[in-house]
Amino acid sequence: MQPFDYAAPPTLEEALQILSQASGLVRPIAGGTDLIAQIKERRIAPSLVLNVKEIAEANVLDYDPGQGLRIGAAVSCSDVASYAPVAAHYPSLAQACLLVGSTQIQNRGSVGGNVCNAAPSADTVPPLLTYDAVAVIAGPGGSRRVPLEDFFQGPGKTALQPQELLIEVLLPPPLPNSNSRYLRFIPREEMDIAVAGVGSMVAVDPQTNTCTRARIALASVAPTPIRAKEAERRLEGSPLTEEAIREAGELAASACSPISDIRGSAAYRKELVKVLTRRTLSQSLPR
Amino acid sequence: MKVPVRFSVNGDDRDLYIGAHKTLMEVLRDDLELTGTKEGCGNGNCGACTINLDGKAVNACLILGVEADGHEVQTIEGVSEDGTLHPLQQAFIEESALQCGFCTPGFIMSAKVFLEQNPSPSEQEIRTAIAGNLCRCTGYDKIVRAIQAAAKLA
Repeated sequence: MQPFDYAAPPTLEEALQILSQASGLVRPIAGGTDLIAQIKERRIAPSLVLNVKEIAEANVLDYDPGQGLRIGAAVSCSDVASYAPVAAHYPSLAQACLLVGSTQIQNRGSVGGNVCNAAPSADTVPPLLTYDAVAVIAGPGGSRRVPLEDFFQGPGKTALQPQELLIEVLLPPPLPNSNSRYLRFIPREEMDIAVAGVGSMVAVDPQTNTCTRARIALASVAPTPIRAKEAERRLEGSPLTEEAIREAGELAASACSPISDIRGSAAYRKELVKVLTRRTLSQSLPR
Repeated sequence: MKVPVRFSVNGDDRDLYIGAHKTLMEVLRDDLELTGTKEGCGNGNCGACTINLDGKAVNACLILGVEADGHEVQTIEGVSEDGTLHPLQQAFIEESALQCGFCTPGFIMSAKVFLEQNPSPSEQEIRTAIAGNLCRCTGYDKIVRAIQAAAKLA
């Protein structure tokens, strides 16, 4: 690799100070599983790599029934997946964490890094979007909160300014009688990048059996991960019948704008979105 | 930029002064001459560089050497005890689970951590656990059989 400077500040304050004083390109490193590969491939050439794993706030993993889930930016996919409240209350997020790369990658790569890398195919992002996740960003003027939906601005592009750091991702408490599912399609069983991925979350009123909230988020079928809002609106207020789910699949397919590339054609990806939306919805009916 | 680091490798504390841009794999191989850890792809796909970092299997090619500061590393060189092969190493020999041998240290490091967490796994669980390790010679059946055999021995 090309040489670069390195810092591992023990506090957030020191990290922000380093960021504000740096002259060249600074790249934070959590797991490094995307960053180091990108430096090796000469896609980026940072002058300073800033290790955020020593910062206490970046290592928080905490669930509170009233507050929801806090995932520090440096917490690994393995740790998120094996945290019991995640499997219990945010099942699609645990499923997605176990799809990112291999065991070795999951042990190192963080959910926060998956978010900041801003790949359209990021597996953990559709589940986060379906839980209305919020990015907590620290910068020179204090911290600000950005709904994750507004965080992604294009492939590899985010709302982060050069002097800012993602500190944690917040997920509000799940709704009662809700469930979720994330599925992706790859042409093999392991170790691949989604041709298309769909996360669904639904909440149902047990009295009336109608859907009180629906969230559908798509990966690998637009320049950023996106929500399929018309499909969500089709479901909210209705019973989750086979007919409603089928129509939601159609609406999700029309919400996306996939490209044709080596992994699949645009038409194939739309078809995948339709099928995966139906499957994730059917499999996320509250237990 | 060179950085002083101290970390434990196979039970011994090592003090080093290393380039910040050197991967842990380069530090292990070039500075510590522990060449059992292999570089295959160098980008996290093949698992030939798998090591144990604080009890977890990770790719040494995607970690900076400086990130190991204060942590515990085990490599394939630290797996046998007093000249006695680890049950996994013995099982790989007995099941002929290698041909060229280049991927073998990585497979054994992945399998060792996995069996410590899941001592009696199903075949499917084994196959999932080694999905991040590629073998281009034997196929995987003999490797899976070796891991099953080692699980029974332990």
